[in-house]
Amino acid sequence: MKNKKMLFKKKLAAAILATVFSSSVFAGNLVINSDTSDPAPKKAFEELIADFEAANPDVKVTLNLFDHEGYKTSIRNFLTADAPDIANWYAGNRMLPYVNAGLFEPVDDVWEENGLNKSMASAAAAMTIDGKKWGVPYTYYQWGVYYRKDLFAANDISVPTNWAEFKAAGAKLTAAGITPITIGTKYLWTAAGVFDYLNLRTNGYDFHMALTKGEISWTDERVVKTMMNWKELVDAGFFLENHAAYSWQEALAPMVQGKAAMYIMGNFAVAPLREAGLKADQLGFFQFPEITKGIPMAEDAPTDTLHIPANAKNKVDAKRFLAFVAQADVQTKMNITLGQLPINANSKAGDDEFLQAGFKMLSNTSQVAQFFDRDAPAEMAKAGMEGFQEFMVKPERLDTILKRLEKVRARAYK
Amino acid sequence: MRAYWKANQLKLAPWLFLTPGMLMFAIYVIMPIFQSVDISLYAWDGLGEKTYVGLDNYKELMDDEAFYKSLENNIIWLVLYMLAIPAGLFVALFLNQTVRGIRIYKSLFFFPFVISQVVVGLVFSWFYDPTNGLMNILLNAIGFDSIAVLADEDYVTYGIIVAGLWPQTAYCMILYLTGLNSVDSEQIEAARLDNAKGWRMLWYIILPQLKPATFIAVVVTVIGALRSFDLISIMTSGGPWGSSRVLAYYMYEQAFSEYGFRMGYGAAIAVVLFLIMMLYIGGFLYKMYRDERGR
Repeated sequence: MKNKKMLFKKKLAAAILATVFSSSVFAGNLVINSDTSDPAPKKAFEELIADFEAANPDVKVTLNLFDHEGYKTSIRNFLTADAPDIANWYAGNRMLPYVNAGLFEPVDDVWEENGLNKSMASAAAAMTIDGKKWGVPYTYYQWGVYYRKDLFAANDISVPTNWAEFKAAGAKLTAAGITPITIGTKYLWTAAGVFDYLNLRTNGYDFHMALTKGEISWTDERVVKTMMNWKELVDAGFFLENHAAYSWQEALAPMVQGKAAMYIMGNFAVAPLREAGLKADQLGFFQFPEITKGIPMAEDAPTDTLHIPANAKNKVDAKRFLAFVAQADVQTKMNITLGQLPINANSKAGDDEFLQAGFKMLSNTSQVAQFFDRDAPAEMAKAGMEGFQEFMVKPERLDTILKRLEKVRARAYK
Repeated sequence: MRAYWKANQLKLAPWLFLTPGMLMFAIYVIMPIFQSVDISLYAWDGLGEKTYVGLDNYKELMDDEAFYKSLENNIIWLVLYMLAIPAGLFVALFLNQTVRGIRIYKSLFFFPFVISQVVVGLVFSWFYDPTNGLMNILLNAIGFDSIAVLADEDYVTYGIIVAGLWPQTAYCMILYLTGLNSVDSEQIEAARLDNAKGWRMLWYIILPQLKPATFIAVVVTVIGALRSFDLISIMTSGGPWGSSRVLAYYMYEQAFSEYGFRMGYGAAIAVVLFLIMMLYIGGFLYKMYRDERGR
């Protein structure tokens, strides 16, 4: 009954659309929905589409831009009701609900035919669910520690490579009246970045992934070990005071003013820091230091992806578009505009020093996490991030927080 | 047919006029209530298949700290929001005089109610800002430490309520101002002759005449307290770590926010919120009924 109704509605909608747009509809019409509404991503997509149309003159592309936040709810509606031919989204657990609901189309053939299994091997795991690949990644960016070179130099600190040096660096900075790490946890996710790195460095990539997949208890002693390392930093006054009142952008200010020296962030923080006036000799980047000796250094590098909705009308051209986006030269050009890193191993990263640093760092690891809220399912991610924020303000509540997270784990992974 | 219409016109006509309204009410109010109750018995992410889970969502609610925190905040909101009524009355009495330009003052006092709640939220977020906010600059000037109101689990709800009271006081003020216009001046004269003034005048002569205004003020303030959603969303997004959530916001978070999409659980919260409102609406209807009969 419901299906029949839906079918009727669809037919009706199609009929109306056909009469209204009959003049402009022709064979190769490709509709793309995306949330790339910020200046750089918007420009990158416009260039990408222009290049694609130049290479495929028989296809006409329509781009529907959505506001970044609104997109997260709109995608649920348009995937079921009025699907585009391509939609952008994120890798990892973030795409799981849509894969499970049968709203994304598997694109193994695109990977197969274009040799992506080889050229994009690093991202294959993040794109695979139930043995099938559900999209094509086009960009990612590194996380790590951005720091004030001049403040480090003024206080005679060299770039820390292990936990002891890291803590010593913080102690020197605090003694000089500088907050070691700036952070704004109002919107929670920034705290998850800190947790990701502490856990990846304390317990390693496999443990971290098992934890976010719900296979390990939150009250496990290894998790407690990660949190105790974190507590050391909190107790030593590493983090910006009142961080729960600030967004990540507001937390940039202390770093620009020289009141804070480091920021554990994604590469997107570079642009606003430069705009705020930090010069090349002031702003630097280093890999999050080693904590447990001998554990390979895994990284957070969230990947943005393109998908074909299961209800797409023009899947043939959509697959051509995905194949085009996957090309090495296309990814090179696109990511220079984006200021991020290409996925394709044959692409080149932009000349920017931070991109080069990230590229070098990420080429040395095969262990790439997507980020806490993309690796863990939504419910766990939300509870986890709230717990991290609370822990950073009230570290003495560790036991209660971990027990609460364990309760959520029992529910969230059913 | 025609004869039937003639015979029953008086009986049928009211129903004919009522039908459109009742249809709308049934479709947009009554049906969603039953739908919410229905959805609250399922586990559903809004996309895939619904699974029937019986009362599991409610059992989970009973064991959910975040739920109790939201409920507690709801009660704090309901109680403290009532301050808008005496505050509004005070401002109204203060402004109820005839001096040059009083209309300008009245409209200035009414101003916070006219601007959007979103703007109110933003203004107060800046006011509370721990580094550059006016409040902390003032606190520091008189020798106190800064308080990060919106980042402190103990202060945050009160901080938001203060922001909410600003427009709500203006609303109550305008209700009382119109009420004061219709106060019977002869009664005041008579009371003066009997030597009543100050508090006694207010309590025994003015307030009884403002009863209808007070009634409406209570109604809109309770409703205002229960829809405190927008301020919370703008000022804290329920944080820090969920300590400023109220039930409406928690429901939104569970059902529609970025990390939510637990429609069943959200619906269960909505049902509980509905039951709480029913208590109030029931009392309200009972009072209306009693008043109508008394007439």
